[in-house]
Amino acid sequence: MSQVEILRVEHLKKYFPVEKSFLEKALTRARHFVNAVDDVSFSVTRGEIFTLAGESGCGKTTTGKLVVRLISPTSGRIFFDGTDTTMVNSETLRILRRKMQIIFQDPYASLNPRMKIGDAVGHPLEIHGIAYHDEKRKKVLEILNRVGLSPSDKFVDLYPHQISGGQRQRVAMARALILQPEFVVADEPVSMIDVSLRTAIIDLMLGLRKDFGLTYLFVTHDLAVAKYISDRIAIMYLGKIVELGDKKTMFSNPLHPYTKALLSAIPVPIPERQRKKTELRGDVPSAIDVPSGCRFRTRCNCVNKFCEETEPELLPVSPSHYVACNQCS
Amino acid sequence: MEHSLLRVDSLNVEYRTRKGSIHAVEDVSFSIEKAETLGIVGESGSGKSTLGLSLIGLVPYPGKITKGNVLLNGKELLKLKKEELRNIRGTKICYIFQDPMTSLNPVKKIGAHFVEVIRTHEPQVSKNDALESAKKLLHDVGIRSERMNDYPHQLSGGMRQRVMIALAIALNPSVVVADEPTTALDVIVQQKILDLLNKLRDAYGMALILITHDLSIVLQRSDHIMVMYAGQLLEYAASEDIYLNPKHPYTKGLLKSIPNIELVDQKLEAIGGSPPDLLNKPTGCRFWPRCQFAFDRCREEAVSLCNTGKGHFVRCHLFKECTKE
Repeated sequence: MSQVEILRVEHLKKYFPVEKSFLEKALTRARHFVNAVDDVSFSVTRGEIFTLAGESGCGKTTTGKLVVRLISPTSGRIFFDGTDTTMVNSETLRILRRKMQIIFQDPYASLNPRMKIGDAVGHPLEIHGIAYHDEKRKKVLEILNRVGLSPSDKFVDLYPHQISGGQRQRVAMARALILQPEFVVADEPVSMIDVSLRTAIIDLMLGLRKDFGLTYLFVTHDLAVAKYISDRIAIMYLGKIVELGDKKTMFSNPLHPYTKALLSAIPVPIPERQRKKTELRGDVPSAIDVPSGCRFRTRCNCVNKFCEETEPELLPVSPSHYVACNQCS
Repeated sequence: MEHSLLRVDSLNVEYRTRKGSIHAVEDVSFSIEKAETLGIVGESGSGKSTLGLSLIGLVPYPGKITKGNVLLNGKELLKLKKEELRNIRGTKICYIFQDPMTSLNPVKKIGAHFVEVIRTHEPQVSKNDALESAKKLLHDVGIRSERMNDYPHQLSGGMRQRVMIALAIALNPSVVVADEPTTALDVIVQQKILDLLNKLRDAYGMALILITHDLSIVLQRSDHIMVMYAGQLLEYAASEDIYLNPKHPYTKGLLKSIPNIELVDQKLEAIGGSPPDLLNKPTGCRFWPRCQFAFDRCREEAVSLCNTGKGHFVRCHLFKECTKE
């Protein structure tokens, strides 16, 4: 695999302002922000599957949306194929978007209920002025066949409510892939799909990567799935990456206490299996009121006096393994 | 003969809709003893939640229990009057719902929920005594007693589910049905909630029925496992037997399709096709359109549940030499 970088994210930040009530607006000047993504940097190599994993509220989905520029960052830069997408105008961005697509979590919400499958999948072709009418139909049939919706001429005229959740997710993938993108953000693509169908969707994603030469940014909370499909994994906590490394290192030698706790909490499908547990105290703190210093210190089992003052940086412990912890690095 | 704590005999539940009758639970039987965990796994639409709800007579309209018995300590529950059933709920059998966000009353403080539950069933208890026991219950599930004065929205998802569990065990029920108790929660919280349920089960000697779509959870947490598919019970056995010696092709397929983080270079195998529409069920075995071992008999003849020995039941034509139950 060539080591060409397709995406580089530098010091990406996204703060969402917190709505204030009428009274609060009148009485106080202070503004509060949800630090959804707080200084995140990483890069993705062409052809790999890079996973952002973490619990709900850690900023993984926001990062995914920022990368395809569905929302604008507060600060930071995103280089896609060498172009800084935070600086370009909307016309250039539209052209760039042909190369990057996103698949959303909920296949029930991401398809327009009034649009036939064929129209939904073919719509991007029209938006980008690539194909119309018969040529469009031909391309739609082709891609539907490829994602396993055959006979595709039957599916073209169905509405989303006439097909199952697994099939809907296949439609969402067809719609993302019809423009032949190079880069796809897959935001929890299997979490709402029945267990017996999940593996088929994952296998489809892996097959498509081979055929189309895709690069995936995979966003998930399920580390067992992440382990199965990714090349590299970044673990996020409260808007920051706490550990990043290739799959093998992350699972055999996790260093950050949070990664350890996450891994030990995953249920293993073996009866009576007593696993070594790393228990955490308390709950995830609010992203409005982030703890000083290391943001994990309120739940960490091995805090020292530095943790309260110094915010740990994401530093390499080996060429392919990065950790943000005062104890580990 | 000693009665089982809870025994379900050939239970059938149907939803009668305008498009036809949906047989959501079809001829399901099982029993559960004190301090035991039974895991019920199935995909959405397999009838696992309907089965759970029918145990406490809460099958939603237009569902109806058409046949079968539910016996609690040998006493038939399905013939009880509404008020009698109401007394059973909470004191004998308790239900923990999937979504902790919507199952608490948003305009009531946490403490008030406990007062309501306790005083509905035991009106002689004073409000202060009820709050006193609420304190103890919250302590059992790991929540500080000051939180009693909070409203549900002030608690996190995991804490709300803890409150639900505390409410469920408030009247010391003998059976707790937990329907996808951790599906809406993160893994770390999930682990804590499941540990808590285990701890309480041992401390109070309750029987726990754990309904989930996640086979990993039931394999790890339950004594017996029941695999449901399209309203039918396909396989029932002790969890070690399900893991080491699965018999039904569906169970085998499920085991091969779930990722296990302890394995290196695991190869997952998908089960082809998708679950059937319950309005047009396949004839014969429900699973044959997706089964790689299907033969003529599977397409034509309905399958009955067979005992293959040592309490391992399977509903599959591949097992001929079993004794019929």
